[in-house]
Amino acid sequence: MSETPAEITPDIIKSHGLSEDEYQKVLGIMGREPNITELGIFSVMWSEHCSYKSSKKWLKTLPTEAPWVICGPGENAGVVDIGDGQAVIFKMESHNHPSYIEPYQGAATGVGGILRDVFTMGARPAANLNALRFGSPDHPKTRHLVAGVVAGIGGYGNCVGVPTVGGECEFHDSYNGNILVNAMTVGIADTDRIFYSAATGAGNPIVYVGSKTGRDGIHGATMASTEFTEDSEAKRPTVQVGDPFTEKLLIEACLELMGTDCIIGIQDMGAAGLTSSGFEMASKGGVGVDLNLDHVPQREDNMTPYEMMLSESQERMLMVLKPGTEDQARAIFEKWELDFAIVGQLTDSGHMVLSHKGKIVADLPIDPLAAASPEYDRPWVPTVKAEEISADSIMPPADIMATLERLLSCPDLASKRWIWEQYDHMVMGDTLGIGRPGGDAGMVRVHGTNKALAMTSDCSPRYCLADPVEGGRQAVAEAWRNLTATGATPLAITDNMNFGNPEKPEIMGQFVGCIEGIKEACLALDFPVVSGNVSLYNETNGQGILPTPTIGGVGLLQDASKAIGMGFIDEGDHIIVVGETLGHIGQSVYLREIEGREDGTPPPVNLATERKYGDFIRRCIQNQTINACHDVSDGGLLTCVAEMALAGKKGCQIAQPTDTPAPHAWAFGEDQARYIITSKNADRLISEAQAEGIAIAALGIVTGQDVSLKSHGSVSVTTLSDRHESWLPGYMAP
Amino acid sequence: MKACVIVFPGSNCDRDLQIALRDAMGSEPDMVWHGDSTFGDVDLIAVPGGFSYGDYLRAGAMAAKSPVMREITRRAEKGVPVLGVCNGFQILTESGLLPGALMRNADLKYVCKDVHLKVEATDTPFTQGYENESVLRIPIAHHDGNYFANDDVLNELEDSNRIAFRYTDVRGERSPQANPNGSRHDIAGIVNKARNVLGMMPHPERLADPSLGGSDGKAMFTGLVEALS
Repeated sequence: MSETPAEITPDIIKSHGLSEDEYQKVLGIMGREPNITELGIFSVMWSEHCSYKSSKKWLKTLPTEAPWVICGPGENAGVVDIGDGQAVIFKMESHNHPSYIEPYQGAATGVGGILRDVFTMGARPAANLNALRFGSPDHPKTRHLVAGVVAGIGGYGNCVGVPTVGGECEFHDSYNGNILVNAMTVGIADTDRIFYSAATGAGNPIVYVGSKTGRDGIHGATMASTEFTEDSEAKRPTVQVGDPFTEKLLIEACLELMGTDCIIGIQDMGAAGLTSSGFEMASKGGVGVDLNLDHVPQREDNMTPYEMMLSESQERMLMVLKPGTEDQARAIFEKWELDFAIVGQLTDSGHMVLSHKGKIVADLPIDPLAAASPEYDRPWVPTVKAEEISADSIMPPADIMATLERLLSCPDLASKRWIWEQYDHMVMGDTLGIGRPGGDAGMVRVHGTNKALAMTSDCSPRYCLADPVEGGRQAVAEAWRNLTATGATPLAITDNMNFGNPEKPEIMGQFVGCIEGIKEACLALDFPVVSGNVSLYNETNGQGILPTPTIGGVGLLQDASKAIGMGFIDEGDHIIVVGETLGHIGQSVYLREIEGREDGTPPPVNLATERKYGDFIRRCIQNQTINACHDVSDGGLLTCVAEMALAGKKGCQIAQPTDTPAPHAWAFGEDQARYIITSKNADRLISEAQAEGIAIAALGIVTGQDVSLKSHGSVSVTTLSDRHESWLPGYMAP
Repeated sequence: MKACVIVFPGSNCDRDLQIALRDAMGSEPDMVWHGDSTFGDVDLIAVPGGFSYGDYLRAGAMAAKSPVMREITRRAEKGVPVLGVCNGFQILTESGLLPGALMRNADLKYVCKDVHLKVEATDTPFTQGYENESVLRIPIAHHDGNYFANDDVLNELEDSNRIAFRYTDVRGERSPQANPNGSRHDIAGIVNKARNVLGMMPHPERLADPSLGGSDGKAMFTGLVEALS
């Protein structure tokens, strides 16, 4: 073994995020004291970010199978059959900590990383989404973070030429010190050309392609596994720097190589770079790895083995090739002017052996390290149930229509056009006109076919805080409804679990509760989890974020021409509400924005009702008996109707049906399992639904240029639109 | 009619143009790699949008020096029609085939949205499929679309009727609100003196199929096929 300049002191062990117990395990596995490079490798492999040590026990309980699932969690991304020999491959991943420290590069490299997870598996990326959560608009950093994150996502996604078609953006002071940037990529591949990460065949060459390795991002995975303190900004050097141009070349080169027969296994270098990709590939294939670090393309001089193994430089991939195909593969990467280097070979030693300048600098057993990866059953306490709030205990507002204006222009419900107009949402020529951002779901045609994919991301963190189980159910149900509202058959989800410090039993209780809710909803709705990501320690100075299990959902439209949007279509169309309106006001946007209260219980989710009503909606769209549909969520029924008026630039006249709750609860309560639809033939639709036992009621008709509610007055679509559109641009340009 | 689409490293609207041309021509355009110093005889050369060479140095600046651009310049001088869309327009100004420059948008932000354009010159192979003065809805998607040229150049463009497209509102009226990027004289697209080279920031290929939300871009491609077949 070579010299190890740094002595392994307790301080060094601690700074590598390893506990006393974990270090004892390291000694057991190694049978000796590790050197600094080896310690660094243990540190990243066992970090929360890479090992899922706090969450694994619970993630295992999620349903991951269905006849249409080709590959569930555990690979780079989930794979789902969409018929005709094609598959959709998708995943959502967080880049929270880096985006707070350096918003542009943090967000940009988040997009780059998730794109690589998807094209690594053989898919051409077809669309991106992103779910963003920022601190209070009044917080001095928020504006700067919004500007930087949006520019970073746009700067990367626009350049690689993948349309960004959807997402969400909310504000809450719990995110003041920990913003959330969750990026999702959806790609399409042929089912006989899906690539996995397992490395097999002793003697086969290991090839490094893409950008050179620099000193950026060292210990990014460890940073993402601790809480922030005031001096976290000193961690800026650990944020990686992205180059979308190289990523675009890497996509094209990898897809070109994947069209040949050269690749045995392929894995992107994400968190923990060369270390984790090398380990994962070898561990899955049951082989050993010899790497010669002298052959790693390097951007800087005098890099140490420690730095090379822990660098998180972007736009890099590791592959195992079939022997004899090296030249064919090299020619493709040279055409795209990317580095291509044979950096080692597979062995049957079961060890990862690293050499540098003629010396062995690390020698680690692969299986023991992977098998001994910590798994904790962290103590947790269930979240205490909140008290339910009756709508009758809330003073009704003086003016329902003025309240509607206020809600449509509040930060969470205001138009996010300022954001998505900075994203190219049409490049590649498959984004459906009604599938552009701003609707229930983004819709992108499966290239060269009449099929389309619908995609959405959803979560209501305030519900999850009040009742994690109900909040988990609701996040999945809302994603399912958003897909359903376009006519798509929901296929599967990816879950991006963003939580505080799991070492606190109440935070762990939020995690456990949300998982339980997600599980129940996935089972009831046949909507399995095929990929995901966990981001813990989203805390600053001991203050955690709202529990935020972001759900990314994907659905399939067999005939894209039958998809519908949410905008009103024709004068005289009947407006109908499907689902029961009980006026649940607890945890509503109304309660928060108008009453200044964030309490109560979230609306209960009845999964059997969700299923039944959603299946009915989808059938109506399939039979073309309805021409617009919007799921009722934040802001309630009247907000939903107004959003349909805004999207269609048409007014309406509606009236509150009899036997319904007080006007403000009816208009703004957030009961679940509801949709607003429009149809030419209301009577028939209503009688059919009633025959099936579905709660349904006529509300009025599409007409004129005002949104008008009988006995409560009206407001013009233009006024609503001005209020809805002006908040975010006004906020960003003070 | 034969056409080719040039592919630079970083081009990302090459496939979109390929499809719009294929749909109009009923045959496949050739895809030509930037490193090729020559290519087969074609009736139309299309330079697509995207981020050639990552927009490093300046949008279009590096592509303008690539081997294939020397050949494109030679063919353009012989009268072969050349269409540059978005980054293609930037490349054509950087290579001197069209006058002026495309600067950072006036509000400094990337912008992707539908805008309205008025067709102001229909005596070119690119625009002969449109009625003069018609108003089109076409998307833009760029960070550097703010057309600049000095007064002499602008006067010459105006006097020789070389402004093919101008940003307007839906009624065809010019206004600062209808200009999405600060372009002088609301210029969205221009032709060269010989009227065989067109550069435009908006993307006609993105709205040439009704299921994508509109088809106002289609007449450019069907018009080209009519003019060049």
